[in-house]
Amino acid sequence: MVEEVFEPEIVAFCCHYCAYGAADLAGNLRIQYPANVKIVRLPCTGKLDVLLVLEALEAGADGVMVAGCLEGDCHFREGNLNAKRRVAYARHLLQQIGLEAERVEMFTLSSAMGRQFAEAATEMTERIRTLGPSPLKSGNGFSREEVKDDRRRTETAGRD
Amino acid sequence: MIVAEQKPLEEIKAMLNGAHKVLVVGCGTCVTVCFAGGAREAAILAASLRMATRLDGDPKEVSDVTVQRQCEWEYLDAIRDRIGEVDAVLSLGCGVGVQALAERFPEARVLPGLNTLFMGLPLEPGVWAERCAGCGDCILDETFGICPIARCAKQLLNGPCGGVQIVDGRARCELSQETDCAWALIVERAMRAGQLEKLLQIRAPKNWATARDGGQRKVVREDLRLPVHRTDDGRETTGDVSALP
Repeated sequence: MVEEVFEPEIVAFCCHYCAYGAADLAGNLRIQYPANVKIVRLPCTGKLDVLLVLEALEAGADGVMVAGCLEGDCHFREGNLNAKRRVAYARHLLQQIGLEAERVEMFTLSSAMGRQFAEAATEMTERIRTLGPSPLKSGNGFSREEVKDDRRRTETAGRD
Repeated sequence: MIVAEQKPLEEIKAMLNGAHKVLVVGCGTCVTVCFAGGAREAAILAASLRMATRLDGDPKEVSDVTVQRQCEWEYLDAIRDRIGEVDAVLSLGCGVGVQALAERFPEARVLPGLNTLFMGLPLEPGVWAERCAGCGDCILDETFGICPIARCAKQLLNGPCGGVQIVDGRARCELSQETDCAWALIVERAMRAGQLEKLLQIRAPKNWATARDGGQRKVVREDLRLPVHRTDDGRETTGDVSALP
């Protein structure tokens, strides 16, 4: 019998000015990184909202990585530092929820660091593989479609 | 603004015991600007509750909605249908918002998601401090714009107590070295204004009847009230006479 290997799904929120370019460079240099990492480009990691991290996990991601510029090198001066604090807050929320804080991590790199991006993606994939699938995936909850429905129900009523 | 902070998730989960469908109601006013109960916080809490209860093996259906102000009937009426669909309403408004929801929807199980703390202001992003105690008899004209009722632990009216500590050249409260002595601030401001002698005047004991000691307070402005009409079925209503059927 062939044992099924757990392939984590990881969402990577990447800054347009660094990590996104680094991932691109990794491709150009033919450096392989795990296909488990799915990239979402942000204009800056300062755009990251804690809600984005929670939504990714709720929708079935096993882990979330946030990749911004090296500290001191943010294109918008300090968006990456704002993201760093938000990632710390998201990890605190995860613990309250009952998920492992390690499922969310922040990385910093420049657009010239293609190899380091591949290393970060590999590190995150191996970490999540060790942790195992997100317990939110196991059966007793809502389907992804239902989660989407819930999100549509988020609204603002009676605005001036 | 009214400053509040969210209760721990564990406490909120315990409150929601027995409820399957839950509506988190955010408020678009004070608690939005202190990042405790606005649309964003309501969405984050709803997602957190959905995930946490799934992990507990008792998945709840949690949705969220935010009204402009939870403390006014008109805004609450806009979500009446949503309230009727759920087993419990978790308010992310201040204590006023929670009670307004409970009063407007007598059948609903309304629960507080926040601890309401004080009336204050943001000193810097992420830091809020108390500034007004709502005592009902403002004396800021006599204390150079600094309130000893809200900012002095002893609510002293005639100068600092003996517990003032000098830390790094600043006068601090004996309860917390991070808190300025309100009376030291008042004296500093009086000196800067060249009016130190004004503080020599002894203030009589404060009449606390205007504060909470006088019981629940209420403001009535007759010039703003609408005429009361009695409907055929005996209910009293306010509004435009010509609009009555």
